[in-house]
Amino acid sequence: MKGWMGRFRALFLLSGLTLLLSGCGKPYLSALQPKGEGSEMLFNLMLLSIGIMIFVFLVVMVIYIYVVLKFRQKKGQEDHIPKQTEGSHVLETIWTVIPIILLLILAVPTVQYTFALSDTKNVPEDQEDAIWIEVTGQQYWWHFDYKDLNIQTSQELYIPTDQRVYLELTSKDVIHSFWIPTISGKMDTNPIENKNEMWIHAYEEGVYWGKCAELCGPSHSLMDFKVVAVSPGEFEQWVEDMQNVNPDEEPETVVAKEGKELFQQNSCAACHAVGSSPVAVGPNLTSFGDRTTVAGIMDYNKENIVNWLMDPEKYKPGNKMSNNYPALSEEEAGKIAEYLMTLKPSEIGLDDAEDGDYIKSQKDENNNEENTQDQE
Amino acid sequence: MSTHAAEKRGFGAVLWDYLTTVDHKKIAILYLIGGGFFFVLGGLEAMLIRIQLISPDNEFISAQFYNEVMTMHGTTMIFLAAMPLLFALMNAVVPLQIGARDVAFPFVNALGFWLFAFGGILLNLSWFVTGAPDAGWTAYAPLSIISPGHGVDFYAVGLQISGFGTLMAGINFIVTIINMRAPGMTYMRMPLFTWTTFVASILILFAFPALTVGLFEMTFDRLFGANFFKPEMGGNVIIWEHLFWIFGHPEVYILVLPAFGVFSEVIPTFSKKRLFGYSSMVFATVLIAFLGFMVWAHHMFTVGLGPIANSIFAVATMAIAVPTGIKIFNWLLTMWGGNIRITTPMLYALGFIPSFTIGGMTGVMLATAAADLQYHDSYFVVGHFHYVIVGGVVFGVLAGLTYWWPRMFGTMLDEKLGKWTFWLFFIGFHLTFFIQHFLGLMGMPRRYWKFLPDQGLDTGNLISTIGAFFMAAGAILFVWNIIITSVRNEKVSGDPWDARTLEWAIPNPTPEYNFKQIPLVRGLDPLWIEKMEGNGKMTPAEPLGDIHMPNSSFLPFMMSLGLFIAGIGVIFQVDNNSWWIVAIIGFAITLGTMFLRSIKDDLGYHIHKEDLEDKGAGVK
Repeated sequence: MKGWMGRFRALFLLSGLTLLLSGCGKPYLSALQPKGEGSEMLFNLMLLSIGIMIFVFLVVMVIYIYVVLKFRQKKGQEDHIPKQTEGSHVLETIWTVIPIILLLILAVPTVQYTFALSDTKNVPEDQEDAIWIEVTGQQYWWHFDYKDLNIQTSQELYIPTDQRVYLELTSKDVIHSFWIPTISGKMDTNPIENKNEMWIHAYEEGVYWGKCAELCGPSHSLMDFKVVAVSPGEFEQWVEDMQNVNPDEEPETVVAKEGKELFQQNSCAACHAVGSSPVAVGPNLTSFGDRTTVAGIMDYNKENIVNWLMDPEKYKPGNKMSNNYPALSEEEAGKIAEYLMTLKPSEIGLDDAEDGDYIKSQKDENNNEENTQDQE
Repeated sequence: MSTHAAEKRGFGAVLWDYLTTVDHKKIAILYLIGGGFFFVLGGLEAMLIRIQLISPDNEFISAQFYNEVMTMHGTTMIFLAAMPLLFALMNAVVPLQIGARDVAFPFVNALGFWLFAFGGILLNLSWFVTGAPDAGWTAYAPLSIISPGHGVDFYAVGLQISGFGTLMAGINFIVTIINMRAPGMTYMRMPLFTWTTFVASILILFAFPALTVGLFEMTFDRLFGANFFKPEMGGNVIIWEHLFWIFGHPEVYILVLPAFGVFSEVIPTFSKKRLFGYSSMVFATVLIAFLGFMVWAHHMFTVGLGPIANSIFAVATMAIAVPTGIKIFNWLLTMWGGNIRITTPMLYALGFIPSFTIGGMTGVMLATAAADLQYHDSYFVVGHFHYVIVGGVVFGVLAGLTYWWPRMFGTMLDEKLGKWTFWLFFIGFHLTFFIQHFLGLMGMPRRYWKFLPDQGLDTGNLISTIGAFFMAAGAILFVWNIIITSVRNEKVSGDPWDARTLEWAIPNPTPEYNFKQIPLVRGLDPLWIEKMEGNGKMTPAEPLGDIHMPNSSFLPFMMSLGLFIAGIGVIFQVDNNSWWIVAIIGFAITLGTMFLRSIKDDLGYHIHKEDLEDKGAGVK
């Protein structure tokens, strides 16, 4: 499938377009700089459609400019009455048939890709234990439940780069839409019934920005999330660490210990789980210490966590946390922040997504060893 | 025209005249005033949006207020500005173009206008009570169902009332065009603007009931405890999306087809050539309308309808590009070999062709269902539909108003100011919206209250906002043009553009009965035929006789006012049962006036032959 679209790209016009468009936007956000299987397919389709459309536009503009320059009224010809042409069957047939052909050229890959992108039933053969993640959108955060692995995270989705990861999308309140422009297209999360499925596949390690694309309330524009794509070996490490989280583990410093107590006293724990738990009222905080951002939108530092805890309404209007817990003093908020920042259950974090080190999956290593042994 | 005569009367008399009029020409002016007011209001809302998005992390307006402004901008522009402005043109022109003395149902015509006006006022009343609707103009459930306050109630009830008016207007034009054409005005001799009005009216007839049903269900969910769209009670939120878009997609063609009609009048007139490929233009119009009903789910490619549905709707959507392309090439070939005069209306037509071509191209791109997973609900879509609606409909309305202004008011809008308006608006429009396609692909979803720094979106948004100011300047200039033209009040002849169709065969000002004698139509572009082959005047198809005219009536206003009051009562009865009294009073006014209308014979009056002769018989 990639083959014949690849050939289109070889056309001079389209390769020029590729260069032009890939200058647009940030590499972690722009759909014009694809970093995943889905987004690359879509980018190719876009290029093909833009190419056809630019061709049509040029034809229209050439005729247009010629007509306007040539047939504009000249001085002294105000009374000239041109021939009243009724029409031309030949011309009209031409501009009916050519567009139809152009659209057919576009329709074939469109249908092909539409089916390919929504295919969550035919898991590739080498991937019999595909990872399925349930994605839940809520005002204004995202929850990720790695169903078979018994891992829960919120706001940050860790995926391996060597395979398609399958998502089941749903919502707990209104309709949201799950969009990671650099990796794949978007899919709506519908409340309760009408669950959707899709797959995502990042080619390269990195932290990719995700957005909510369906109006969901005042903080719709602030419902960001991140996809952390790491190499398969690192992902396995992360899974192992996350599965072995001990939520009752005591923090090392005194301040953080006090923070943990405050966390429980101020009913934070009523909504926020630390450790594996089903989707709760508030985001799961198990790996809060490894987050890239605070509340999905602010730079990750203690000051911003304190600010958020003191007045979440200021940063995400209409969120469900505001006024649902006792008011905190700055000191208390600071201690809770210290505690939250110690929640780093895994050695795998952002650095691993950004360093470019490719660590092979344990399974592949074993297979390789077996293979070499067989050969011996 | 009549306004001129009216100036000699007192303000009260003029006001009463307009409150009770059933004359299509005056109703056109009412639609123009109503639509123009809401256009300015929607434009102000647009400016608030663009100022909020001028820089990253801006706090100019709050998130909640932004959602209200954004919702009302869309709702106002579609329902309360674009459609009424097109109705203004249709009312002013269509009866004249087919050689009729009025529309088929003058009373219903007035009722349609007042329902629109009161619906629009009701909707905007929400600004002053508990805040405006905030769930987007599409009002997707369940966000619209759980939205606090009364904003969405105003949306549902206000649009319901103005929707009744639109339906009536649509039915009225269908009947008018089928039944009231002058002798010789066969279907295939009708001007394209009449054709597009006819087809758009048929679209209204079939599309609006879907909206009516959806709005009723939403009203019942919000006000009377029904569960159509409440998933936790077994309702289904996707049904709202279907109902909305079964209406919403044809709505696009309801808007853009009449605009196509305007350009199909303007381009031949100022090229001094008949429309190239007239019959294929008619065929393309009908085909666009037909296909327009088959494609609604292309607004829902990300909903999860599955690949089969998505593929079918994708291919059907692409098919619409073919008849639209036929139109573009026919317009180009109409100009080919012509004698093109670049007047203001023609300038809009010339601006429209490339702008709308871009809108159509991005439309085909959006139709590729798979790639739409990237475009959908991003600024790419915002760019696309503004290219269609501003580049098509607003340019069409501005062209139409400038073109038919002499017919409607007897004066010419200032050409120099008109050209300035065009260039400001045209440059501003491309500055504002072209960059938005790229913003969308660079990762900016639509309906975003703010974008954050360091996402590469700053420059694009700044350019877009600068463009919006150019558009605002253009709009202000247009209003200024109207003001100084009215003050100067220099009357022109009945045919100032040297045009081709029947509406220009009437003296200026247009008499209230339009045609003293109904003209005989000898072919397409009847006036042009008479100019070329006759003495430049239409031949009468009937002897001079008494003209039957309808009486003015205050009942349409009262019926609509009743529904307006009832609407307020229904909205607030959830807070306090005593609001039911208000609702009942409102319904009583409406039903009472309907009853009055039913039992009282209103036979109209006659303008007698002798009076017509006094005014210079035989001129026509």
